Amino acid sequence: MASMKDIKRRRSSIQSTQQITKAMKLVSTVKLQKAKTRAEKTTPYFDHMYQTASSILARSGTINHPYLSAGDSPKAAVVVITANRGLAGGYNSNVVKLLTQGDLPKENLEIYAIGTKGKDVLVRRGYDIKEDMSGIIDAPTYADAKAVCDKVLQSFSNGEIGEIYLAYTFFKNTVAHEPRLMKLLPLEFSEEELAEMKQSGQDDKLIMNYEPNEEEALERIIPKYVTSIFYGALVEAVASENAARMQAMDSATSNAEDMISDLSLKYNRARQGSITQELTEIIAGAEAIS
Amino acid sequence: MADIFTVQIITPDRIFYEGEATMIEFNTEAGEIGVYPRHIPLTTVIRPGVVTIHEESGDKKAAVHAGFAEILPDKVSIMAEIAEWADEIDLERAEEAKKRAEERIAEKTQDTDMDRAELALKKAVVRIQLAGK
Repeated sequence: MASMKDIKRRRSSIQSTQQITKAMKLVSTVKLQKAKTRAEKTTPYFDHMYQTASSILARSGTINHPYLSAGDSPKAAVVVITANRGLAGGYNSNVVKLLTQGDLPKENLEIYAIGTKGKDVLVRRGYDIKEDMSGIIDAPTYADAKAVCDKVLQSFSNGEIGEIYLAYTFFKNTVAHEPRLMKLLPLEFSEEELAEMKQSGQDDKLIMNYEPNEEEALERIIPKYVTSIFYGALVEAVASENAARMQAMDSATSNAEDMISDLSLKYNRARQGSITQELTEIIAGAEAIS
Repeated sequence: MADIFTVQIITPDRIFYEGEATMIEFNTEAGEIGVYPRHIPLTTVIRPGVVTIHEESGDKKAAVHAGFAEILPDKVSIMAEIAEWADEIDLERAEEAKKRAEERIAEKTQDTDMDRAELALKKAVVRIQLAGK
């Protein structure tokens, strides 16, 4: 059995680790609250944007616009949103897994990395990192999202890439967040979605006019739509990151609790054992003398 | 009583304004327009400019940069990337931005992104126009 001293040392080391994990949990809880409020505030804008974009597309299904059809290039850009810090359970690796275990061919991908953790893993796996914009994940603003989007859209319209994907973590609620790989461009709607849009468009019994004209309106609105999806994804990723970290730190704290109580039990047993042994030795000594 | 309709100005960070108005004026790609209730449905692209919301109790003015507006007979939704009330504008900063943009346009070289410089100038002018009053 380990000596009393060893057990004591181990227990106090776990105790100080537990203090750290507890503090980290509290910090990420506060950050999560903030991020959650922000994520909720972006919803009206995003919903409206989706409605407008889909109603235009529903009515103008025949428009042949570059944003609606895949480019000729076999290359695809993937914007990968992860965290700059670890200790968040499977948060970072789950996003990376979308790529490494997905069916997108590695050699045709250009990665726009946001978050150093994901970038590091992808570099090690030999992915082509086009750009690293990890700085923005700490406090994402709409202007940041726009800057990234403009870059990606630029190379889409130049024909350097044919498709744009977004890999991020969707924030369902505090305990559930799922990594998602989403196709941003070309825009594709399933038959059902289109039918639904047409339905709701007809319900309004209105004919929407576009100024200057449909195509130009589409040209302006789709980049904004993409940017708003992207901004929403950024904000949600931040919320997910903090929620994931909170969960990870919560279970670390309770694991530490378990280990401490286990070690305390062992320590007390060892202490009692040594007292019993000493007593037996004294009694045996006394008996030998008499 | 004059007709009223719902006006919404939504930005990515918040619902900037929501309320009832009798008329709204703003700047679009095709020029300045004023919208009364029962307008024909129209979606239009916005240029940087001052949005004036005429409420029954008075007028409200805000600066709106980039976005688009969806006009329905009983509702106008403006999706703006940036929107500010007059008291949120830092006049000094706007003046500086204006000067910078003007300089950039004046000393234009091949590398100068004219569209961007002009947009920056326009934004600054709108801000000054609104806050200076």
